[in-house]
Amino acid sequence: MSNVNKTTSARRPYRRPMAGWWKRDPFFVRYMAREITAVAVAAYAVVLAVGVVRLSQGEAAWNGWLEALKSPLSLLLHLALLVCFVIHAQSWFEIMPKTMPMIFIGGERLKPQTITRTGWLAVAAVSVLVFVLALWWQA
Amino acid sequence: MSNYKRSNAPIFWLLFGAGGMLSALFGSVLVFITGLAVPLGWIFKPQLLSYERVLPLAQNWLGKGFLFAIIALFAWHAVHRIYHSLHDIGIHTGALAKLLCYGSALVLTVVTATQLLSLGF
Repeated sequence: MSNVNKTTSARRPYRRPMAGWWKRDPFFVRYMAREITAVAVAAYAVVLAVGVVRLSQGEAAWNGWLEALKSPLSLLLHLALLVCFVIHAQSWFEIMPKTMPMIFIGGERLKPQTITRTGWLAVAAVSVLVFVLALWWQA
Repeated sequence: MSNYKRSNAPIFWLLFGAGGMLSALFGSVLVFITGLAVPLGWIFKPQLLSYERVLPLAQNWLGKGFLFAIIALFAWHAVHRIYHSLHDIGIHTGALAKLLCYGSALVLTVVTATQLLSLGF
């Protein structure tokens, strides 16, 4: 009886079920939510790549791509993509204090909240900038 | 030390990080403009994405570079994250999973690069 593992039957060894493990804890749910955003990032990259291919095929092909973007399925997809991208932006800067090297200013460690908030501020600034650029460019 | 094998992990990690940063900063606003606002006729005029306007953008070296960076880095970020999450949903990864993940990013990168270059400058 020295080895605990030998007490289990060889015929039906117990395996702890792992299905749905991430639903056990809100922390795991948040982890899964931010990992799933990668699927959205991949999907949008494909949507844009198709756009580039259609652009190189001429005006009719490009207009076909624009028309496809107006379909209800595409609008629904992009709504889901938008939600994922917002979760990605939020979580990316939330975990950034843990993924980047520590920064010291005047002997004091830069607070994690400062890094996170600076990141979120940058997202807001870039969003406004792209918005204004698009408005200026269409005129 | 001549046959010392360097890990290729930092390269993929770098692409993951760059793509993650770019998609965090630009992703939401781009999806909103190209996927929702313009198709629905909100805020912007439809000609924002017209052929006459987008073609010069994709022919300009700066616009070309931006489009390439967005598409390629988004792809490398996404496949790296998906590859490392496969274990979490009970899929044991191996050479095949690695090939499928990083291979698809490579294909998207090559296709985007050749198409953007074919548009000329």
